[in-house]
Amino acid sequence: MLRSDLCPCGRTHGGFACEAPVSTEAALTEAADATLLRAVLPHAATRRAMLARYGAAAVLGAVASIFPLDHAREAFAQSPGTPEKRDLKIGFIAITCATPIIMAHPMGFYQRHGLNVEVIRTAGWAVIRDRAIAGEFDAAHMLSPMPLAMSMGVGIPAPQPFAVAAIENTNGQAITLANKHREKRDPKDWRGFRFAVPFDYSMHNYLLRAYVAEAGLDPDRDISIRSVPPPEMVANLRADNIDGFLGPDPFNQRAVFDGVGFIHILTKDMWDGHPCCAFAVPRAMIDTQPNTFAALMRSIVEATAYAAKAENRREVAQAISAQNYLNQPATVVEQVLTGTFADGLGQVRRVPDRINFDPFPWQSMAIWMLTQMKRWGQIRGDVDYAGISRQVFLTMEAGRAMRDLGLPVPTETSRPAMILGKRFDPAEPEAYLNSFAIKR
Amino acid sequence: MSLSLRATALSVALFVAFLLAWHIAVLPPPATGPALDPEYAALLGQAAAQGGTTPMPGPVAVGRRLVELLSDPFYVRGSNDRGIGIQIGYSLFRVAIGFGLAMLVAVPLGFLIGMSPLLNAALNPYIQVLRPVSPLAWMPLALYSIKDSAISSIFVIFICALWPMLLNTAFGVMSVRREWLNVARTLEAGTWRTAIRVILPAAAPTIVTGMRISIGIAWLVIVAAEMLVGGTGIGYWVWNQWNNLSIADIIIAILLIGIVGLLLDRGLGWVQARVGWRE
Repeated sequence: MLRSDLCPCGRTHGGFACEAPVSTEAALTEAADATLLRAVLPHAATRRAMLARYGAAAVLGAVASIFPLDHAREAFAQSPGTPEKRDLKIGFIAITCATPIIMAHPMGFYQRHGLNVEVIRTAGWAVIRDRAIAGEFDAAHMLSPMPLAMSMGVGIPAPQPFAVAAIENTNGQAITLANKHREKRDPKDWRGFRFAVPFDYSMHNYLLRAYVAEAGLDPDRDISIRSVPPPEMVANLRADNIDGFLGPDPFNQRAVFDGVGFIHILTKDMWDGHPCCAFAVPRAMIDTQPNTFAALMRSIVEATAYAAKAENRREVAQAISAQNYLNQPATVVEQVLTGTFADGLGQVRRVPDRINFDPFPWQSMAIWMLTQMKRWGQIRGDVDYAGISRQVFLTMEAGRAMRDLGLPVPTETSRPAMILGKRFDPAEPEAYLNSFAIKR
Repeated sequence: MSLSLRATALSVALFVAFLLAWHIAVLPPPATGPALDPEYAALLGQAAAQGGTTPMPGPVAVGRRLVELLSDPFYVRGSNDRGIGIQIGYSLFRVAIGFGLAMLVAVPLGFLIGMSPLLNAALNPYIQVLRPVSPLAWMPLALYSIKDSAISSIFVIFICALWPMLLNTAFGVMSVRREWLNVARTLEAGTWRTAIRVILPAAAPTIVTGMRISIGIAWLVIVAAEMLVGGTGIGYWVWNQWNNLSIADIIIAILLIGIVGLLLDRGLGWVQARVGWRE
């Protein structure tokens, strides 16, 4: 049974179908019960089987007859559970997408929730994936399609169950072209262009492909797309090895800063509110270290909420541009986060939501990624869109952390979106997929 | 003027000429194009604000940065920001461990191979297949199976340092002169005694030559391995400054890597002179 299927109420249902308790007290009671059940029935499968068979109320009743449940609830309400593990390592890639993960370190969000976190800059996405699988990192910054691919065993030898516990950032990417292409602003003119994206399993890859396909170009035949680590994109653009890239910031802005390229389009203008990077954890962590996981979630969600406020952006930019974190000129990071930026064409643009921060991992986002994986032949055959999305995108856990911090929580787990001018209905992924002329 | 004095003078002259050529080559071109809106220009780098692209740093900029880095080489400001001296220390430490382990395996094994024609014939095909493999090709396999990036990079050093030492030891042992072995046999020295008292001293120069080649390769490879894995070390530092496109730092790293490599080689050269012999 999938972890996210099991609500603390003891029944099995997707997402927020359960009337989640609203008061903090009720939430804590619920958390105390869940912890107690874990302690009494440590074997996950047995616990789930019992809950499924008798229901939580009956099981808890039985437990209460031999255990002072009320006292436990009270004790639990005093303080959130002590983290099972305090010293954590979190890997990140030095891009502004990692803002909440990074800023939580210098600005003390991890500390506030009782964690001693070391944030470790990592060389590339494949390395971060392998080190996360090897358990060197307790949690990691990943591209949001990566946990989907890893959980399905795509691109690696065997499936590794990882989960998107929270979305790091929305928007915040761009297509940057070399200065010599100033006149070629219509993607129809891009035949033969060489593009870079950060990784095969990235929103960047899927958005670039969808964008050129909208213009009638086949991304596998009419242009070439290669995976290039983001820091090398600017250097490659300068050396004329590529014509452009759909990459993460600060490297779009860095290309402008160094006079190498210009920002053709922000990804915000392709799909406003699209997810980009994820805060990823091994799915086992939710069961084996529930308190550590909860404390991490609160740190990340709180940092994300702080970064979401426009008035904090300048402060955040200062905190993360240092050599220990992004190692970039502060003005470049500031332009990305404040959205007041030079576009490389002589204009100062003001787009406050050029990058945004919203932790909620909408399952519809995962469904869209799966449609694109299938569209470009990364996965084949029948895809259990809803099942995989529910398994990997932890709406319930993220929602709980948001609720604990008093943030508004969406009542749905999926929502339709307008993507490149076309409506995407997460309930009809196959129909959406079939509506494209260019696909594999 | 003596030859060495003239050689030194020529070296210095070449260096000055190189610096001068470099300085002139990277002088920024005169500003072209229309003046930019000041608000826009303020958001750009210095060169871009004048309508150009950020140039390669000149020798003055690199020199200034070198002084800056060397004036505080051992600071630690968080896990991703440490001084360049500390980074070189990490790299040397990895090389020492990987190289030491390789020595522990290669010298005894090389002895066995050199002394036993049977083992030599049996192991030779494997050695010949594995030897030309680029050490970095082992990296993904190491990461996947060892599941620890620090040990993986040491493993890569180990595997690249292994082959030259192994082959040189075997070769050195094999080419010990027959007469000496015969003399040892006439004097009724046992196998062990012969190995320690006759073969080892005779083969020592060849073995140390193998070590000298190995340490050179290990130092080459550690930089690449650290660029791949990240975390600490001079290779990581290069990669990290590349991340920030700061070319001055990379030039300095190249210089320091070269100097450290030279010192390592000289160190083993000194050992080689100690164990050498002439007939």
